[in-house]
Parts: sequence; structure tokens; C-alpha cells
Amino acid sequence: MIDVSWTVLLPTLLATGTAFAVLLADLAITGPERDGLGWIGIVGLLATAVATANAWGTNATGFAGTVVLDDYAVYFGLLFCLATILTLLISIDYIGTISLKAGGEYYAITLFAAAGMFLMASSNDLIVFFLGLETMSIAAYVLAGIWRPDLRSSEAAMKYFLLGAFATGFLLFGIALLYGAFETTTLGDIAVGVGSSAGLQRTLALGGMALLLVGFGFKVAAVPFHAWAPDVYEGAPTAVTAFMAAGVKAAGFAVFVRIFMHTLAALSVDWSSVLAVLAVLTMTIGNLSALRQSNIKRMLAYSSVSHAGYLLVGMVAADAAGGAAVLYYLLAYVLMNTGAFAVVVAIGKRGEPNELLDDYDGVGLEHPALGLCMTVFMLSLAGIPAFAGFTGKFYLFSAAVQSGYAWLAVVGVLNSVVSMYYYGGVLMRMFMADPTKSVQGTAHRPYLTATLAVTAAGTVMLGILPSWAYELAADAFASLG
Amino acid sequence: MVPATYYIALSVLLFVIGAIGFLIRRNLIVMFMSIELMLNAANLAFVAFARHQLSMDGQVIVFFVMTVAAAEVAVGLAILIALFRHRETLNADEVRMLRW
Repeated sequence: MIDVSWTVLLPTLLATGTAFAVLLADLAITGPERDGLGWIGIVGLLATAVATANAWGTNATGFAGTVVLDDYAVYFGLLFCLATILTLLISIDYIGTISLKAGGEYYAITLFAAAGMFLMASSNDLIVFFLGLETMSIAAYVLAGIWRPDLRSSEAAMKYFLLGAFATGFLLFGIALLYGAFETTTLGDIAVGVGSSAGLQRTLALGGMALLLVGFGFKVAAVPFHAWAPDVYEGAPTAVTAFMAAGVKAAGFAVFVRIFMHTLAALSVDWSSVLAVLAVLTMTIGNLSALRQSNIKRMLAYSSVSHAGYLLVGMVAADAAGGAAVLYYLLAYVLMNTGAFAVVVAIGKRGEPNELLDDYDGVGLEHPALGLCMTVFMLSLAGIPAFAGFTGKFYLFSAAVQSGYAWLAVVGVLNSVVSMYYYGGVLMRMFMADPTKSVQGTAHRPYLTATLAVTAAGTVMLGILPSWAYELAADAFASLG
Repeated sequence: MVPATYYIALSVLLFVIGAIGFLIRRNLIVMFMSIELMLNAANLAFVAFARHQLSMDGQVIVFFVMTVAAAEVAVGLAILIALFRHRETLNADEVRMLRW
């Protein structure tokens, strides 16, 4: 008999319940009080965060070992709570700004996506992972296209959907091959089987691993599987882009790291050199492409591609230090990247998205607080000391050096220098150019102000006091066993 | 009895046809069908492995995959219809307001 222990599914269940609560409340609440729907979501996620944090250290398993709530799942659960709450805060403001004819369903779908992420973080079985991934992805496809009057939103949704489903095909066939090789889909049993595999079994395992690598490559937008990212990030509503760039990418890495650095650790000789090549390509092509963008969302899309490359550097290290560095960097990345997108939302206004870099001329002089926040995010993304991005990169690259990949760390540092050019370019425009148009800024926009305050404070705090978060990340990674 | 290898070879073939179809066809519906072919190739592999190993796991997994694929079709067709209402075309090369 299967052991039904609902507590290990608590984050997923709470997020799903909140989503249904939002849908029901949507029937009752109309008119200007619709911001309340977003608040239901935020309160529900705060409760989820508390419940998840309570499970720290319990390392519970349930459903015949297919679902776990180990420290690793708790860490990612809290990270997804953070990413989703920040997204909801931006969304409440953004929906009003662009007069999006969507209320309850927008928040509900975001929460369904979050439920999928929690399930992914807790999955200890390839099929549970597949279900979580699809719950998240299908919700994300809808979110990308939720602004139906906007042609770019529909186009972005179509591209995201087709490429995402294509990637799903690779993942699923990879799962099928691993099932064929080991007669099980439970990660723990596969980990045992991989160590002693030989002959046909090993061939099947390697084939499955290669297909999973392609699938994950698409999901986290690693070169050469990144072609969809700039289009989708540019076309999707900005609040959704923030969610995709932070939450969805982190969820992809949550499973990517669990499967490759834990389950398939015995095959690390085979995958680490491939990942090293992918990391170099992803960092370099992401940064070089970002240099020549004129649209800020497209630039941030390529920047997010390059950050996937930095994260891959940590995975190449294939040890505890590398894993902890990846987990830490994802936290830093969620904070600074969501913050950057919040600034993009703040600079847009009704009927005028102001997404071109030209629109940023002189904004920092007109709105010093907004300019200061953008300075924090851009310097952090570039990896300047005293910000979260620097400490994150420091952990990633030092893990690579310790594992004998010093050349990879050098490539990473050179890439950070290149990225300084386009991140600094935004700041130059904001503070050195003459204003050409007036933008709305954060005046009378409390939700956006709160988002910027949280993300900027978090970015600076992680930059100055990184060790507590790094220790959490190290404990979380250690719980994989 | 047909050996399991034949089924696996067929499923690999179907998967490759689906992947190539996705890459070379330009009609969005046909690209979508190619993806479905890839998913069904995986289903065939699951069933073949399950039969070969005399376990039920793979057979059950197929039901999960079919459910997920149905949800994906519902959302995917809705997205394509939303796009078609704007563009009146289903050719991937003509949908290029955002650079591909």
C-alpha cells in the first residue's frame, strides 16, 4: 500500500488551494477592489512559505518515496515563494498600468504555475517531476499570451508553447530510456543502478541522459537551445517575463541539479565536459548578443541566457561546493533580475511600454530613487563587489577552480567584464543623457515601490552578508545525500 | 512474439520523424502534430519496456502522459487560435513580429 502522507505535498497543496480561493473570490469581487485577488495570492504564498520553512530538517518522504520534502525541496520552495510573491506584487501594479482585462485567472494561473514548481522541487521520481514541469509550463504558456489584444503577446505564447512542448518531447523520451534501463523511475533507485550499469544498460542510460540534457537545455535557455528566449521574453507581458526569467528558470535548475548532480552523479565524467562546453557557449553567446540589443527586455533576455551559463559553471564542478554555489546564485539571481524587471515596469506607462533603451535617457536624474535601484541591479548582475551577483559568481567560479576547471572560471570572469559594458550602458543612459520624455516612475505605485525595496535591499544584503544564505544553500544541497 | 527491440526501434524512428518534422515543416498545426508524434513515440517506448520487464509501471505512466498531452493540446490550440485571429496565417515564417 502506498503511504499517503499529505505533509510532503504541503507546499503544492497550499498553492493549489490558494489558486482555487482566488478563482472563487473572483466571482464575488468586482470593480476596483480586484487588487484584493492579488493579496489573497500573496497571503496564501506567505502561509506556504511558513509551512515550508517549518519542514526544514525533517527530510520527509512519502508516496512510496516518489515525493520528498528534504532541505533541498524546502530551499527551493522558499525561493519559489519569494519569486512568486514578487511577481504578484509587480503584477497588481502592471495589470492596472496596461489595463489588462484579466483579474482572477491571471493570479490563479500564476499560483498554479507555482504549485507546479513546488512539485518539481519535491519530486524524487521522474514522472512526478514530469507532472510538476508540465503543470508549471502549461500555466506559463497561458501567462505569456494572457494579454490577448497585444499581437506580440500571442506570438510570444505561440513560440514559448511550441518550443516548450518540443523540449518536453525530449525530456519524456529521455525518461522512457532511463525507465527502460533501470526498470524504475524513482531517482534513488536509478542512482543506485547507474553506479553499476554496464553494456546495453549503460548505453540506454547515456542516451536517456543526453535527451534529458537537451530538454533541460531548452527549459533553462542554454545555448544552443536558447533561440526562443529573447522573442518570448520580449513579447510576453513584462510581469510575466519577470516570472519566467526568475521563477521558471530556477525551477528548471532545481530539477536539473537534482537529477544530474545527484541521481546521475556516477555519470559525471560523461556529462561534465558536455556541460562545460555548453557553459562556455551560453555565457559567451548570451553576453555578445546582449551587447547589440536596443530593447531592454530583449537585452535582459540575453542577460538571463548568460546567467544560465554562469550557473552551468557551478554544475560542471560536480561537487558539494558547486551545488551550493548554484543554489546560492539562484537566490541572488531571483532578487536582482526580478528587481530589474520591476524597474522596466516602473518606466512603462499606459499605452507607452517604453521598452527601448532610448527611453531610459535621463530617467535616473528625474527619478533618483528608481535610478539608484537600477544601479544596484545592474551592478549586481554585472558582478560588481558588494552586491549579491558578485558573491554568487565568486562561489561559482571558486567551485570550478577547486574542481580543476580554472580555465572555465577565467572564461566566466572575462564574460562578466563583457557584460559590464551593456549593464553599464543602461546606467550611462539613465544618469548621463538628457531626458527625452517623462516616465511615470514609482510615484503613487505602492506595490512597485515595495517590490523594488525588497529586491534592492536583498541584493545589497546578500552582497555584504552572504555567508548565512550560502550555508543554507550548502545544507540544502547536502540533504540530497 | 515480436521482440522488444523492434518496438524500441519503431519508437526511436517515430521520435526522429517527429523531431525532424518539427524542424522542417512551417505550418504551426503540423509542427504541433510532430510534437504529439514525439510524445507518442515515448509512450510506445514506455509500453514496450514495461512489457519486456513484465512490470506495470510503464503502462501506468502512459496514462499520465496522455493526460498531460491532452492538457497541452487544449492550451496549445487556444494559443494558436488567439494568434490566428490576429494574423490570419498559420505559417511560422510569417509570424515574425518578434525576430525568431
